[in-house]
Amino acid sequence: MTATRLNTSGTNGDHFQSHYIPSTVDEQAEMLAALGIDSIDQLFADIPDEFRNPTLDLPAPLSELEIQQELGQMAGKNRPMGSGPSFLGAGAYNHFIPAIVKALITRGEFLTAYTPYQAEASQGTLQVIYEFQTLICNLYDMEVANAGMYDGATSLAEATLMACRVTKREKVALADSISPAYIDVIRTYCQSQDIVVEVVDPTNPSLDGETACLVLQYPNYFGYIEDQQKLVDAAHAQGALAVVSCDPTAMGMLQTPGHYGADIVTGDGQPLGIPASYGGPYVGLFAAKQEFIRQMPSRLSGRTVDKNGKTGYVLTLQTREQHIRRERATSNICTNEALYALASTIYLAAMGKQGMRQVAELCYHKAHYAAAQIGELPGYSLPISGSFFQEFVVQCPTSPTEINKKLMERNILGGLDVSEKVPNGMLLCVTEMNSKEDIDALVAALSEFK
Amino acid sequence: MSPDDRKYTQEHEWVMVDPAAVGTAIAGITEYAQDQLGDIVFFELPKVGDAVAHLGKMGEVESVKAVSDLFSPINGTVTEINEKLLDHPELVNEDPFGEGWLIKVAMTDVAELDALMSSQDYDAFIAGL
Amino acid sequence: MQQGGNRKTEKLLLQRSVPGRVGVVLPGLDVPTQPMPDDSMLRNELALPELSEPEVVQYFTGLSLKNFSIDTHFYPLGSCTMKYNPKINDEIAFQPGFAGIHPMQPVEQSQGALELLHKLQGFLGEITGLPGISLATLAGAHGELGGMLMIRAHHLANGETGRLKVAIPDSAHGTNPASAAMAGFEVVELASDKDGNVDLDALRSVAGPDLAGVMITLPSTLGLFDTNIVEVCNIVHEAGGLVYGDGANMNALLGRVKLGDLGFDVCHLNLHKTFSTPHGGGGPGAGPVCCTEQLAPYLAAPMVTQNGDAYDLFTPEKSIGKLSGFHGNFGVLVRAYTYIRTLGNAGIKSISGNAVLSANYMMNALRGVYHLPYDRTCMHEAVFSADLQKERGSSGLEIAKRLLDYGFHAPTMYFPMIVHEALMIEPTESETKETIDAFIQALIDIDREVTEDTELVNNAPHTTPVARLDEARAARQIDIDREVTEDTELVNNAPHTTPVARLDEARAARQPDLRWQPETAD
Repeated sequence: MTATRLNTSGTNGDHFQSHYIPSTVDEQAEMLAALGIDSIDQLFADIPDEFRNPTLDLPAPLSELEIQQELGQMAGKNRPMGSGPSFLGAGAYNHFIPAIVKALITRGEFLTAYTPYQAEASQGTLQVIYEFQTLICNLYDMEVANAGMYDGATSLAEATLMACRVTKREKVALADSISPAYIDVIRTYCQSQDIVVEVVDPTNPSLDGETACLVLQYPNYFGYIEDQQKLVDAAHAQGALAVVSCDPTAMGMLQTPGHYGADIVTGDGQPLGIPASYGGPYVGLFAAKQEFIRQMPSRLSGRTVDKNGKTGYVLTLQTREQHIRRERATSNICTNEALYALASTIYLAAMGKQGMRQVAELCYHKAHYAAAQIGELPGYSLPISGSFFQEFVVQCPTSPTEINKKLMERNILGGLDVSEKVPNGMLLCVTEMNSKEDIDALVAALSEFK
Repeated sequence: MSPDDRKYTQEHEWVMVDPAAVGTAIAGITEYAQDQLGDIVFFELPKVGDAVAHLGKMGEVESVKAVSDLFSPINGTVTEINEKLLDHPELVNEDPFGEGWLIKVAMTDVAELDALMSSQDYDAFIAGL
Repeated sequence: MQQGGNRKTEKLLLQRSVPGRVGVVLPGLDVPTQPMPDDSMLRNELALPELSEPEVVQYFTGLSLKNFSIDTHFYPLGSCTMKYNPKINDEIAFQPGFAGIHPMQPVEQSQGALELLHKLQGFLGEITGLPGISLATLAGAHGELGGMLMIRAHHLANGETGRLKVAIPDSAHGTNPASAAMAGFEVVELASDKDGNVDLDALRSVAGPDLAGVMITLPSTLGLFDTNIVEVCNIVHEAGGLVYGDGANMNALLGRVKLGDLGFDVCHLNLHKTFSTPHGGGGPGAGPVCCTEQLAPYLAAPMVTQNGDAYDLFTPEKSIGKLSGFHGNFGVLVRAYTYIRTLGNAGIKSISGNAVLSANYMMNALRGVYHLPYDRTCMHEAVFSADLQKERGSSGLEIAKRLLDYGFHAPTMYFPMIVHEALMIEPTESETKETIDAFIQALIDIDREVTEDTELVNNAPHTTPVARLDEARAARQIDIDREVTEDTELVNNAPHTTPVARLDEARAARQPDLRWQPETAD
C-alpha cells in the first residue's frame, strides 16, 4: 500500500484525497460519466475564462498530527486565565464551568444540528430554547425572553432599537456608567437609523418626552449598583422605556430588574458556563414585558401540541423575523448563538437555585475582602462610593498598566486600566475562582507600589 | 358565491352598510382572502378614531408563515373594532363574512360604495386569479 | 429517526426539580464574611431547578436524541452547507491557550491568538481576492449589516447623501433586505430573468444617482452562477454604486474564482457554512467582512495588524465603529483557521469541485421526476419544484416531511420565494456517493407514493418524536394566568420513542406559550 502523503506542493493537482471528502477518483469518474462530461472543471464553465481557476496562495496543508503541534504552539503563546490568579472582568468573566457543560454541548446531536426551522426534526433544540427562555425570565423576573442574541453588546443595541419602535421616538439616553464598548456598539447600530444617542449622568439623567429609553448597566461597568428604582421611575415619568443590561451572576443574590419595573432586560450569558475565549462566542440575553412581544428580535420557541395531542415545540411568531418580514423585520438576525444558549441552560440547571446563590455570595464576599485589603494599602484608595458586587475600582499610586506588567512577572493577571475614567484607576474583578491565597498574593504584590 | 348584500374590492375586502347605525359601514376580508392566508394568528387593526382611506393601508394580518397588509375599502373614521379578534383571530377563518368582521367606519360618503364591485363582479374577479 | 435511550424528556427542568437536590458543589467561603447590602437590594425567590448532576446529564442527553444533526443524518439543506464539522477543530479551539484567554488582556499576553487572527485575515483575503478583512462580525447577517454600513459611510464621505436605494434580487435570502433596511436604505427588488440571472434591464432601470449599491448572492440562491455577473458589477459601478456580495454560497466557488476579480467591492463569508464550523442548532457563527483596499478604512473594529514580530489590535481610521462587544467569535475563527490549514490550495479547490459534482449528479438523476425550473448546470445546490407532485395532491411541504420518515432531514423548503413549491438541495462535498444515491432513490420512491398513497405522504412524518406540530396553537394561546395551582402532569406517559404527529403551528402563534410557569396547564 502506498503511503498517502498529502499533496503538499499546494498547486492544483487534479486529485487531492482529503480525509473530509469521501469521493475517490473512481467515484468522481462514475458521476462524471453519468453527466456525460470529462472533468469537474467543465462544471465551472459559467465562470468567465479570464477569472476561472485563479492562483491561490495558501500555506501547504498540515496533517492532523502537525495541526496539533503547530496550533498547540500558537496556543502556548497566550496566557490563559486559569494558569494563575486572574482579576480581570470588564464584560468577560472568570467563572467556574462544570464539566458537564462541555460534555453535553459537544454531543454531535447538539453541536452539528441546524437552526430548528423543521420542528419535527429539532425537538431537542426547541425544548432547550424553551427551557432557556423560562430560566432567563426567572433569573431576571421578566415575562418573556427570546432564544438569544449574539452577545451582551448587540443585545443592548437591539434593545435600544426596539425601544424606539415601541415608543415611536428617536432619541436614546445612555448612562455614562455603561461599558464603553457597549456605547460604541449602540452608536454603530443607531448611526443609520436617524436615532440620536445621548450619554447622560445616571445620578441626574436628563430625559424628556422625545426619549425612547434610558439605558443602564446593573451592576454598572465599574461594578457599582445604582439606584435602579429611581432610574426606572425617571424613565417612566417621561413615557420612556427602562432598558437594563444586567449581569446574570449578580442575579444569584441581587434584586432583579424585573422587580424594579424594567421594560427590556439584556445581558451577556458568558458568565453562565461559557469560557472567555478571547471575546467570543458568547450569547446575548434578551427579555422584556409581554406587551412588547411582537417587537422583539430573534427566535422564540413556543410550546404546542401535535395532531395526537402530544406536547411539542415550534418556532413561533416568526412573522417578526427576516425570513418572513424581510426589510420590515424586527431585526436581521438569523444565526445567533444557540449552542451557547444551550451551555447557559445546562449551567443554570446544574447550578440551580442553591448554586447560583452560592456563586454570587462567594464573588461578593471575596471582592469585598479584596477591596478592603487593597483600600488599606498606602497609596491606594477606593474612589467610588456605593455598593458593588464582584468588581470595584481602586485608585493606584502609579499607572495601572505598569503595575500590571509587574504583576504578570508573578503570573498574576491584574485588573483593567481605566485611567481615562479614574486617574490611575484599575477595575478589579474577584470571583469564586480566586482563593484567599490568590487575593492575598495580589494584595502583597500591589503593596510594593506606593 | 359571495354574499350579495355587500360590496367588494380587489384587495379582497368586503364592506356593507351597518343596518343598526346610519352612516356607518362594516368591513372585513373575504372567504377567498382567509383561505389564501391560512391559519390567521394575529390582527393589527386601526384604533377607534383613526382615519382610514380607500385602499389605504390600515393594518396587518399575520398567519403562521406570512404577513399581509390590510387595506380599508372606504374613506372614513373608525368607530369600532372587533375586540373578539384579539383573543380569537381564527374567527376570521371560520366566519369571515359574519363574526369575523374587522372594523366599523363612519363613512365620509355613502356614495363611494357604488364604485365598488358587486358580488358577481367579485366572484368573476377571483375566478380569474 | 434514531430512538435511543429510555430517559423520558417530556417533563421540564422546573417540573423535575426536588427541593434539596444539588447539581454542583462549590468550595466554602475562605475569606471573612463581609457586610451584606440592605435587604431591599437582595432578591426574593429564585425560581431555578434543584437537580442532581446525573439528572441534568440524562435530561439533556435525552433531548439531544430528538434532534437531527449532520453527525446523525444526511442534511441536504440548500444554502446552509451542512458539511462535516471536523473534530480536530473543536479540540484546538478548546485548548486553554485559546478558550481561557480574556479579550482585554494586554496584547503581549495573547500574541498566539492575534497571530492566528492575522493569518486568518490573510487567508480569507486570498480566497476572496478582497484584501481588507474584519473578523469582528458574529454571523452572516451581522457581516451584511457591517458591509452595508460601510457602503453608506463611503457614499456619505463622498458627499453623496442621496444614494438611499439598494437593489436586491427577488431570490435573495431575507437577511439581505433586513440588513439593508437596518443600514438605513430603501430596498428595491430586482427581478431575475428566465435563466435565473439578474435581469440586466431591470438593473439598468434602477442604476441611477440614488443607487447606493446592490446585494448579490453568488452563486444565487437558485444555485446558479450568474453568467452576467461582470456586467452587473460594471453597470452598478458606472452608476456610482458599490457591489455587496452575500458569500453564503461560497462553497461552490472556493478556488474557482475570486469575488474581487469579478468586481465585488465588499462581501461577507459564513464560516459556519463554507468553513465547517459547527451550526450548533442555530449558532455560533462568524461572518467576516472582506473588502477592497479602497473600502478597508471603513471596516468594523477591531482588525489585527503586524509590526515585525508583534501583533496588535487597531481601529481603521474611518471605521463604522464596533459591531460586537469584543473582537469577534474567536472560538469560531480558530476552527476556520484550523480547517484552512488542514486543506491548503488543493484541498480548498477539492471542496468546490466535489460539492458541485455531487449536486449536478443528483440534479441529473432527478430530472424528469421533479420539475427543474432552471435546467442548466447548477453549482453546489439544485432547486427543484414540487409542482408536478402538487398536481397529484401533495406538495413540497408534504414531501419534505415524508423524507423525515426515510431518515433524511428535509431540504430547504419554499425558498427561494420565486420558485413555486421549492425544494432546495445541497449535498455538500463531505457525503458519500452511497448516501447521495440513497437520497435520490428516496425522492423517487416518494414521488411514486404521491401517486399510489397520497395520504401517507400528506400526513408525514410518522416516525419522528413528535408528528406535525400545531404552530397556530403555540402562537394563539398566551398563558398569562399567574395563580399558583397544583403541579400538572405535562403530557401522557407515552415513551419518547412514540412517533410524533404534525405540530400545530397556528395554535403556537395564536396563543404563544413561551416559558414554563407552575400553573401552565397542558
